[in-house]
Amino acid sequence: MPETGEDLIVFENVCKSFGSLHVLKGVSLAVKRGETLVIIGQSGVGKSVSLRLMIGLLYPDSGKCLYMGREIPQMNDVQLDEMRRHFAMLFQSGALFDSMTVGENVTFGLRANGMTDEDEMTRIMEDKLRAVGLGKKKFPEIPAKLPSQLSGGQKKRVALARAIAVEPEIVLYDEPTTGLDPIMSDAIADLIISTCEDLKHKNVTSIVVTHDMHVALKTADRILMFHGGEIVGEGDPDYYRNIRETDDDSKLTEKEKMIRQFVRGQAVGPIQAVL
Amino acid sequence: MLVLIAQLGAIFTNAIAEVGRMGMLLSEVMRWTYLCICRRQLPAPWKVILKQMYFIGVSSIPVVITTGAFTGMVLAYESYFQLSKLGVTSWMGPLVANSLVLQLGPVLTGVMLAGRVGGAMTAELGTMAVTEQLDALRTMGTDPVRYLVVPRVISATFLAPILTAFAFVVGILAGFGLAVYGQGVDGHYMWQHTKEFLVWYDFLTGMTKAAVFGGSMALICCYKGINTRGGAEGVGRSTTEANVACCISVLMLNLFLTMVMYVFDPFRSV
Ligand SMILES: Nc1ncnc2c1ncn2[C@@H]1O[C@H](COP(=O)(O)OP(=O)(O)O)[C@@H](O)[C@H]1O
Ligand SMILES: [Mg+2]
Repeated sequence: MPETGEDLIVFENVCKSFGSLHVLKGVSLAVKRGETLVIIGQSGVGKSVSLRLMIGLLYPDSGKCLYMGREIPQMNDVQLDEMRRHFAMLFQSGALFDSMTVGENVTFGLRANGMTDEDEMTRIMEDKLRAVGLGKKKFPEIPAKLPSQLSGGQKKRVALARAIAVEPEIVLYDEPTTGLDPIMSDAIADLIISTCEDLKHKNVTSIVVTHDMHVALKTADRILMFHGGEIVGEGDPDYYRNIRETDDDSKLTEKEKMIRQFVRGQAVGPIQAVL
Repeated sequence: MLVLIAQLGAIFTNAIAEVGRMGMLLSEVMRWTYLCICRRQLPAPWKVILKQMYFIGVSSIPVVITTGAFTGMVLAYESYFQLSKLGVTSWMGPLVANSLVLQLGPVLTGVMLAGRVGGAMTAELGTMAVTEQLDALRTMGTDPVRYLVVPRVISATFLAPILTAFAFVVGILAGFGLAVYGQGVDGHYMWQHTKEFLVWYDFLTGMTKAAVFGGSMALICCYKGINTRGGAEGVGRSTTEANVACCISVLMLNLFLTMVMYVFDPFRSV
């Protein structure tokens, strides 16, 4: 396993627009191998766009997106596929393939990577489903079901199982707890926290986009806050906890006031809720 | 007025750009097909391809046969009255057969496929696009063009001619049946005339047209599908747009192919 701490993903002054909508206006960041980076920020500030830039689903308009020192937009198809083998992404909507069973979904990445041993794949599938709480004992019929027959929470779990099935080195989580009822959301939050910790022992890098401050503070080595197309906050969970507990305005910078408002989840503050 | 002209111009340039992007998708499809042939690989697992072929081919047979039969009958019925004035009713044989083989068979099959298969194709791929399934494919090292578009375009290209053959065989049988048993036309002469006038090149023309219509239908629908944005509403919009584009393209390509095939016709008289 490569050593911890090298820069795995680097953004240098990345800008990205869609038509007249300037989503990212010069974002620079570096993700180190083995760390868990959490990205927070309001809806629509470009968190998902940043994840897509990291995995080469989008290319920047200007600035550089680097993976292990190589520019992602300059890679050819083969190099891009080779890079993506190290990645797994848990999509906001789960993105399970409708036409395939749960079992086929979980093993899809393995097949795409050239595995042909069916027994081995079944073993991995059962293993990963157990890891996300859908073990064979309690849910014997799950692998044969179609995604449309699953509950929202089960879909998220299967999507996570599919993501980790390929033993990725980097896992991107896009709002894993959004869109679920509070209890399910909490259960998935716990699952994400334990998965991150589990993978951390294997030196896996995690990048988690979330609104859930509990998840953010619990899992993160470092938290970035996006606002207005830029990074307005960077620090470890304690930095954010301190800001949350600080009531004295004079002790905070303007940016920190924004962070406090977001972390506390208040409608009143320097950030205007966009309706 | 000026605004109207500007808007028309915008629609026109947009349509051209759209056709260009479809051309790029087509080149992508051809590149993957070539690569898959070179590497002796399937673009997608057998199961997935067979499902597409079943959906495009087998399940379209009833609608195509029905269309063919009724078209053949109406052609026979209508031409009987025209030809009986001249007393040459047995000439309706080549008239019906040629119309079906050269024009109506392929065109109606194309239009029917666009409605029955194309709509579902766009909706399926569109839903995959808006629910991030296409991105999920990409991140797992599988190109959506190879995995989804190639099997559909290839299947449609090869199956549309077969469906067209069903349409015109059934259409000719139904038309002749109506003429002989309903209108009392002499079946023997009708068949003789048909055999004289219908040559292999006519079948080649009809089949070629059908292949092009089928392929372009699948290409348009896949293009609209994978470029869908904006949730369920976007899927609906793409489906409608794809349907309109398919029908128009079938009619335009039909004129074009009619001219091209005529130029190469070895039996052509002028
Ligand atoms: N492919 C795209 N085409 C056009 N607009 C996009 C695209 N992807 C994202 N956007 C827009 O960019 C903005 C930021 O999106 P996103 O990164 O998804 O926000 P979030 O931070 O909530 O994840 C949104 O307004 C979205 O509509
Ligand atoms: Mg998002």
